[in-house]
Amino acid sequence: MKTYYNPEDLKNFSKIGEFQKPLADKFFDYYGEVFAEGALTAREKSLIALAVAHAIQCPYCIDAYTTDTMEKGCDEEQMMEAVHVAAAIRGGASLVHATQMMNKVKEISM
Amino acid sequence: MKSLKAQHHRLSSSEEEIQILESNMPSFSGDRFVSELENSNLFPLKPTQIEILQINLGKMCNQVCKHCHVDAGPDRKEIMTRETMNECLEVIRNHHINTIDLTGGAPEMNPDFRWFVEQIRAISLEITIIVRCNLTIILANPKYHDLPEFFRKHKLEVASSLPYFTAMKTDSQRGDGVFDKSIKALKLLNEQGYGVEGSGLILNLVYNPSGAFMPAAQSGLEAEFKKRLSDKFDITFNSLFTITNLPISRFLEYLLRSNNYEGYMEKLIESYNPVAAAGVMCRTTISVGWDGYLYDCDFNQMLELKVTSEDSRHIRDWNQQSLTAREIIVKNHCFGCTAGAGSSCGGTTA
Repeated sequence: MKTYYNPEDLKNFSKIGEFQKPLADKFFDYYGEVFAEGALTAREKSLIALAVAHAIQCPYCIDAYTTDTMEKGCDEEQMMEAVHVAAAIRGGASLVHATQMMNKVKEISM
Repeated sequence: MKSLKAQHHRLSSSEEEIQILESNMPSFSGDRFVSELENSNLFPLKPTQIEILQINLGKMCNQVCKHCHVDAGPDRKEIMTRETMNECLEVIRNHHINTIDLTGGAPEMNPDFRWFVEQIRAISLEITIIVRCNLTIILANPKYHDLPEFFRKHKLEVASSLPYFTAMKTDSQRGDGVFDKSIKALKLLNEQGYGVEGSGLILNLVYNPSGAFMPAAQSGLEAEFKKRLSDKFDITFNSLFTITNLPISRFLEYLLRSNNYEGYMEKLIESYNPVAAAGVMCRTTISVGWDGYLYDCDFNQMLELKVTSEDSRHIRDWNQQSLTAREIIVKNHCFGCTAGAGSSCGGTTA
């Protein structure tokens, strides 16, 4: 194996049931329902998935949801804005902890 | 950009295209589409009723779109003659055809376009006449500036490609500056009442994905198009038709060049939908080539696959009975019309 990630493996995601079928079946049923039209549109859910894919830095998910958002009619600007939402939350999650650092600084400073 | 034909590109040969479609990939070599139709009890595929005559007035166009299945462009000189138009009129006069669908190239560039429309209207005021207008032709030359008025006068239904409501995606598929010109042309059509509620003048937009992916769901994308075009440009239209790109001609060339061919074909095959297969447009349409030859659809026309009814292969030999009884020619490119929600010149079919 030359790399841990092989794009071809994405096509085999549905085959994880070969090793444990009942749990895989439950997961894919749940997955399908999550992404169906609901209170949020399938298009909105796809953009959320694209943003989360970048937040968790999953190459398979980025591959799949880049195509999926385009197939839901999104354009590059909308997709990049979704990724910026992920980046803002990730960056903000680091920065908001600065309040702890500031508290500690104030606690131990004269 | 030149057409594939002007470049003497190997994919300007329909034989080469068919060979690639039948042998280039182990997962769908040979007659894979035929097998799918057999499983759906639809083979041999037969017409239901001939309702639409789609007439290609010529391959000349003012645009050179990257995905064009006609390989149309300014360097294409194939144009329907008035003699062939007269043969079409004879069929329209003597047979019950609901809809005439005028396409190209840019059909308006045929010097006899207006004469032909007037002759069809003289035969029937009721028949639906669709013009597949690429929008930019209206602004291409002063002699075309009054096309919206001409369309209105003869109550033509206008179907126009607009791949997206932004310039980036539209221009990447149809050429630099096409989006801005398309917006101007849509405003001119709106001014004539086209796409305006209550006018009775129909303006439909056509969406093709600008790359190797499937189209979005038609109703959701239509709502998005309506909101964006209205909010930003104050443009209105009736319906949006989403169309899947078929793997022939320039789009096939793009797929092969960009290494997307295999993945795209796999996706089309995986998405085969028997309901869409039952509703394919070739079951209700006859496509007439610029030279009068008859085909099952515009795609088979570009692959030079003439109808199987041997006594009725040209418009002058029109035999309704024989055409209605014919077997429709299907090959692997047909997966483009049967994937997902289906695809036709009038949008989804399932």
